[in-house]
Amino acid sequence: MRNTGLIFKRELRNYFATPVAYVFIAVFLALSGALTFYAGDFLARGRADLQPFFAYHPWLYLLLIPAISMRLWAEERHSGTIELLMTLPVSVAEAVIGKFLAAWAFVALSVGLTFPIWITVNLLGDPDNGAIVTGYLGSLIMAGAFLAIGACLSALTRSQVVAFLLTAVACFLFTVSGTEIVLGLLRGWAPGPLVEAVAGLSFLVHFEAVRQGVIDLRDLVFHVSMIAFWLFATVVAVDLRKAD
Amino acid sequence: MPEMIVLQKLRKRFGPVVAVEGLDLRVGAGEVLGFLGPNGAGKSTAMKMIAGFLEPDSGTAVVCGHDVVADPVAVKAAIGYLPEGAPAYGDMTPAGLLDFVAAVRGLDGAERRRRIDAAVAHCALAEVMRRPILTLSKGFRRRVGLAQAVLHDPRVLILDEPTDGLDPNQKHHVRDLIRAMAPGRAIVVSTHILEEVTAVCTRAVIIGGGRLLADGTPDGLAAGHGSLETAFRVITAGLGEREAARA
Repeated sequence: MRNTGLIFKRELRNYFATPVAYVFIAVFLALSGALTFYAGDFLARGRADLQPFFAYHPWLYLLLIPAISMRLWAEERHSGTIELLMTLPVSVAEAVIGKFLAAWAFVALSVGLTFPIWITVNLLGDPDNGAIVTGYLGSLIMAGAFLAIGACLSALTRSQVVAFLLTAVACFLFTVSGTEIVLGLLRGWAPGPLVEAVAGLSFLVHFEAVRQGVIDLRDLVFHVSMIAFWLFATVVAVDLRKAD
Repeated sequence: MPEMIVLQKLRKRFGPVVAVEGLDLRVGAGEVLGFLGPNGAGKSTAMKMIAGFLEPDSGTAVVCGHDVVADPVAVKAAIGYLPEGAPAYGDMTPAGLLDFVAAVRGLDGAERRRRIDAAVAHCALAEVMRRPILTLSKGFRRRVGLAQAVLHDPRVLILDEPTDGLDPNQKHHVRDLIRAMAPGRAIVVSTHILEEVTAVCTRAVIIGGGRLLADGTPDGLAAGHGSLETAFRVITAGLGEREAARA
């Protein structure tokens, strides 16, 4: 626990040691704002909720989460600092969890800084604030799942660019697997349970209810198991590849 | 003489390449062991295995009574390790890095401050404590790596090429540092600089093709060859051909 906390603090502080953190936050806020107002038609809809805001989060994360996760392990391996870290008395799991939590906290901060839109919608109308809180929490836990995938793929390579691309592709597949385009392609020939299974692996499908403010235990279980599975895979990957 | 490092048939291959092939070695307290050998001899691989970074294919290393295969974290806690090239987080300052390492090593409060101050004084880092490591010269970076390794006053020190890339004054300083730390500790130093072995080591081993080729005092190894350098070249001569013949 102590080591996880120490690694968490070191990592989180490191985000702000360079301009990267500020650039990321600025891009995140600009994109989420633009998508909500222009693409999501936030004002003209005439409804006081944040659905157009949350609807774009999976697509936003697709682009931005790999940019955060790519450096988690690839940079350690590239610069050789993994040898420093892994010869300190810490276990691989402590390091994996500490780094993941720091990245997650950083994303949470970025998402939290979108609060002006929450204020805006409260000024313009009378939204269901419980639903908005649920939407924020759902969005965060989905970001955690994206990050866990990215952490694992980052541990497989020394190149941050490769880590970015692999993560973007993997997250894309886990997102579009729930769209009608993909499911329609399958429905013609694949057995029903397979179509269900593919849809069941989609972030879009599992984010659908929660972004509207509805907590479904199945969606929660999906995201938590994604995080647990990919972090476990990260521990294995770091163990196997740390010295390559 | 209590034995602090015991290597038992340590073995590691990378695919078809033999890095370390059945290394047996015992190092006691008070010994400064020079790890010599041509590039690719398996020195760094052996050191990485002792430090718990690499898992051996077979055999093991026992450090201060802890088996590195069975309990790597206990071994890591007992060892101070300077990896080859002294990697460090470039965006951090030496102050930040040393504080992080000290905390992970379980040092707290006044004790942490005291140990950091001692390491900083030992390694003459005071003037660069607040500068990002990225901006430091090679000599300073190496000294940050050394400070990080000695922070917790370890009984076993593994230093992979600690003087590589330093100027003559800095080399001299690091050698003094190693000599000063020797009493009561087991120190393993890899190097390509043979005069360094004569200057700081109480014992030297020559490794080639992952095997132990020679073991003795620096003077003992040099005897009969005129100098340690001649001895090194005679002992490691034909290694390449022998490897080829075995393959």
